[in-house]
Amino acid sequence: MQVVVCVKQIPDPAGPQALDPETHFLVRPTEQVLDDTDRYGVEMGLQIAQKHGGSVTLVSMGPAGSMQGIRQALAMGADKAVIIDDGDLKGSDALTTARVLAAAISRQAFDLVIAGTESTDGYSGVLPQMLAELLDAPALTYATSVEAGDGAITIHRQTAAGYDVVEASLPAVVAVTAGVVEPRYPTFKGIMDAKKKDVETLSASDLGIDTALDQRVDSVEAAPPREAGAKIEDDGEAHLRIIELLEQRKVI
Amino acid sequence: MASVWVFVEEDNGAPSTIGLELLTKAREMGDVTVVYLGEGGDAAFARLGEHGASRVVHLDSGDALPAAPVAAALADLAGESGPELIMFGQAYTDRDVAGRLAVRLGRSLLSNASDVALDGDGVVTTHEIFGGTQLAKASVAGPGPHLVIVRPKSFPVEASGGGAPEVSVVELPDAGAAAATITARHAEEREGPQLGEAAVIVSGGRGLGAAESYELVETLAKKLRAATGATRAIVDAGWVPYAKQVGQTGKTVKPDVYIAAGISGAMQHLVGMKDSKTIIAINKDADAPIFGIADLGVVGDVHNVLPKLIEALESR
Repeated sequence: MQVVVCVKQIPDPAGPQALDPETHFLVRPTEQVLDDTDRYGVEMGLQIAQKHGGSVTLVSMGPAGSMQGIRQALAMGADKAVIIDDGDLKGSDALTTARVLAAAISRQAFDLVIAGTESTDGYSGVLPQMLAELLDAPALTYATSVEAGDGAITIHRQTAAGYDVVEASLPAVVAVTAGVVEPRYPTFKGIMDAKKKDVETLSASDLGIDTALDQRVDSVEAAPPREAGAKIEDDGEAHLRIIELLEQRKVI
Repeated sequence: MASVWVFVEEDNGAPSTIGLELLTKAREMGDVTVVYLGEGGDAAFARLGEHGASRVVHLDSGDALPAAPVAAALADLAGESGPELIMFGQAYTDRDVAGRLAVRLGRSLLSNASDVALDGDGVVTTHEIFGGTQLAKASVAGPGPHLVIVRPKSFPVEASGGGAPEVSVVELPDAGAAAATITARHAEEREGPQLGEAAVIVSGGRGLGAAESYELVETLAKKLRAATGATRAIVDAGWVPYAKQVGQTGKTVKPDVYIAAGISGAMQHLVGMKDSKTIIAINKDADAPIFGIADLGVVGDVHNVLPKLIEALESR
């Protein structure tokens, strides 16, 4: 089973986020972390490859920087990584990103492509679907459980009402939700091995992708602020203030 | 007059709420065609007409996972009749169809919009970023069809009193290698008020300390006839199902009262609940960002405050 996992390096979400004042693109520091939601996809890929034999290749687009985030995913156990790092891809929309990833993935045979449902920094939430269309494969989205093997795949797909059981043939694209599996922590050996693993760097032109930007951010301004009300220390009686407010709002 | 298409999925035999929200905006911008996915029927189509649809294109995907065949059919239709704008809701199937359609049409897709406007040939959208503290305006220039995905609760549901729309049925093509089949559907038990519609919501976060403490949230919610919600952190930790998640990657809610228990107020959460009419926050950390938008902030431990609150409500 040849498994590809799409991963993204993002600015540490715990730190301050900023947009470039000129381009309105997200400022990306050299040190970026693995998007936390991608740990679920990596874990899912590793489990499937372990069960059926095969390899896990990471594919990522964005400034490589120190590659801290990619190394995190390699340290979990992925075999190798392909990163498309090209200044001309800055500010790319989801469609261009999907074209780049699809072109990188198509260079070799694959059975399964795994992605998160949406990234933490961009959250356009449409990339796995675009990838599937480009790869002419089913898109098994919002997966809360995944069983793959024998040329077929079955998932539980989150719906507004509950979940659907969805089946398709491989090759397929799966977009997993957080919590689909319990991601492992890298071992010390994993971290050491990750430093020696093969990371290939490509440009957009290596893949024959047009980098023209169709979508632009024209302006960014502060939203009207919401006024905060009273802030009180709980002295053991704070619940009474809550009751008072609930009464005022006619909830009780 | 511009031609605007709105994708509306059926939910429990009727047009989805988000679909009706989009119609309120769409009819302001032009002549509205609804692309309706579901079993359909006169009552559902009449409802779409009442909300401003002059035409309905009816698609029924049966047991096929809809996105691949629906996007293929829509690409053909859009090629023939060339709408200026196609609107989708930030919802599961909507996103799947929109993503595939963007590839088919080779069009940039604007997602997470909280507002949309046609501007000459182009389209301009508004996006709440960084937890809603900033508003970004994005655009795609040139002729349509432009593709936009709009966040829930961006527009109110308001009937306009239109008559029955003209309905046509479009057969869906075989999706070939991209096909997938729905072999079973499971409805989770819906107990009490639902997140999207509830007037009162009680949500829990990391400050609860452990999965077991979510029971405090549930007990309080029951007393207040409220829906229960959660942050991404505790959903990711597996304490509660994804369906409970409020925030950027979950549901957008605007209840009359939102009680945030043990929630620090990560940007990802705030964007999903900041427009609640009244926000009550309980958190140990006095510097938590949630206090910046709370009408009443209690600096304290949820394990002390919630049991007392529940007890006081019980004795009323």
